[in-house]
Amino acid sequence: MRVTFTVNGREESADDVWEGESLLYVLRERLGLPGSKNACEQGECGSCTVYLDGTPVCACLVAAGQVQGRRVRTVEGLAEGGRLDPVQEAFMECGAVQCGFCTPGLLVQAHDLLSRVARPSDAEIREALAGNLCRCTGYEKILDAVRLAARRRAAAGQARGEAGA
Amino acid sequence: MDFLRPTTWQEALAAKADRPGALPLQGGTDVMVEINFDVRRPEALLDLTGVAELREWSVAGGVCRLGAGVTYATVIDELGGALPGLAQAARTVGSPQIRNRGTVGGNLGAASPAGDSHPPLLAAGAAVEVESRGRGVRTIPAHAFYLGVKRPALEPDELIRAVRVPVAAGPQYFSKVGTRNAMVIAVCSFALALHPAERRVGTGIGSAAPTPLRALEAEDFLSRELDWDAALDAGLLRRFGELCAAAAAPIDDVRGTAAYRRHAVAVMARRTLTWAWDDHRGRRAA
Ligand SMILES: Cc1cc2nc3c(=O)[nH]c(=O)nc-3n(C[C@H](O)[C@H](O)[C@H](O)COP(=O)(O)OP(=O)(O)OC[C@H]3O[C@@H](n4cnc5c(N)ncnc54)[C@H](O)[C@@H]3O)c2cc1C
Ligand code: FES
Ligand code: FES
Repeated sequence: MRVTFTVNGREESADDVWEGESLLYVLRERLGLPGSKNACEQGECGSCTVYLDGTPVCACLVAAGQVQGRRVRTVEGLAEGGRLDPVQEAFMECGAVQCGFCTPGLLVQAHDLLSRVARPSDAEIREALAGNLCRCTGYEKILDAVRLAARRRAAAGQARGEAGA
Repeated sequence: MDFLRPTTWQEALAAKADRPGALPLQGGTDVMVEINFDVRRPEALLDLTGVAELREWSVAGGVCRLGAGVTYATVIDELGGALPGLAQAARTVGSPQIRNRGTVGGNLGAASPAGDSHPPLLAAGAAVEVESRGRGVRTIPAHAFYLGVKRPALEPDELIRAVRVPVAAGPQYFSKVGTRNAMVIAVCSFALALHPAERRVGTGIGSAAPTPLRALEAEDFLSRELDWDAALDAGLLRRFGELCAAAAAPIDDVRGTAAYRRHAVAVMARRTLTWAWDDHRGRRAA
């Protein structure tokens, strides 16, 4: 089947999509967007997290046919106007990235958190990231990065009114 | 495999009647795992996310009617007041991403003994509204909905349309045992609801028998023995825990032993009744 949907602001179509195929497979293998990672294919690790109509979901658990006519935003779509999002910058600066496999999912999930909650508490950060596994960092630097991004966004006055996708 | 995409409830019922082998697909958090891992190859997927009415909920006559496509995230954000037991259970499901997609209807369709919606639905006295093109609507009380391990009381041409849950008239609590505070399939779980007008206590046990179930003898015991105007009696509390544990029929598996589950059910039963009773007494004092 053919599936047409908006990805990072652009309408895209994928052809010969198998009916049981996941959105993650379509993004990575058919649309050349390998940012979202495939680690578990069972919703456990969060490395495939993308926005679907503005809500973070595991792309591995969304059937491709379910995104027909809908809006998807991946990690590739977080940077705007050639500038990394503050969340992305903070992850680099804080050393929150080691192998980087978990990073795209964490970036989308943290981006969503900060667009809803300008200054999240540590408990809120942990809760928001509870579905994103990292085998390398031990999470502390990820928490640092989210706190730094929150401060930066607040300082830049951009926390308010910015929709997720 | 075919991908069926009804946009109205009537179309969905027609599709299911014409293709009983089509597998309903809502949030996909159960279905897609099975497809990704080649555990299941249905002849067709019947995507219900295009049927907008399934995502809606409404309250009328003291009953909340929750469309089959209402997500856990919506239950948490919008129904914490009306359905506190279900909302507490929803907060423990998976992760934020899973709660954004997973639905109460999907939990019912999967009918796993470990599903977190079931104990609070049982305790609250919910009923599942199912429908087919040929025979119309059937309303199945939650306690009659779970026929066996992952076997809901659905005919091949039927779909779940909604679940009707009485709006809480008293305190409700949900408790779940697991290894982590997120992403945990219940080792076992317990839900309790006070129904003060009827002087009745509802219960629901999860993950401690082939199906979710009520602890009927424990409920009857409280109906007989509980003094609604007094503090909780320690002996009565202990007996309630024992009767709840006796209602369970757990097995040993990777998540826990049968003996541990029985023990934990008794502990959760006592705790949830204590919490609910504190609220009940506090509410009366206030
Ligand atoms: C990482 C992860 C963590 C999880 N954690 C939990 C947890 O903590 N607690 C818990 O209870 N569950 C958990 N689950 C399981 C799952 O998320 C829930 O069972 C959820 O409620 C399923 O809802 P869904 O909309 O995604 O269902 P789907 O996967 O779309 O469907 C589930 C089943 O219901 C059927 N179905 C769906 N809608 C209908 C309908 N309208 N009529 C008839 N049949 C229908 C489907 O055919 C299928 O058999 C987890 C899953 C994952 C992947
Ligand atoms: S690949 Fe989707 S959650 Fe792990
Ligand atoms: S940086 Fe390697 S998994 Fe997180």
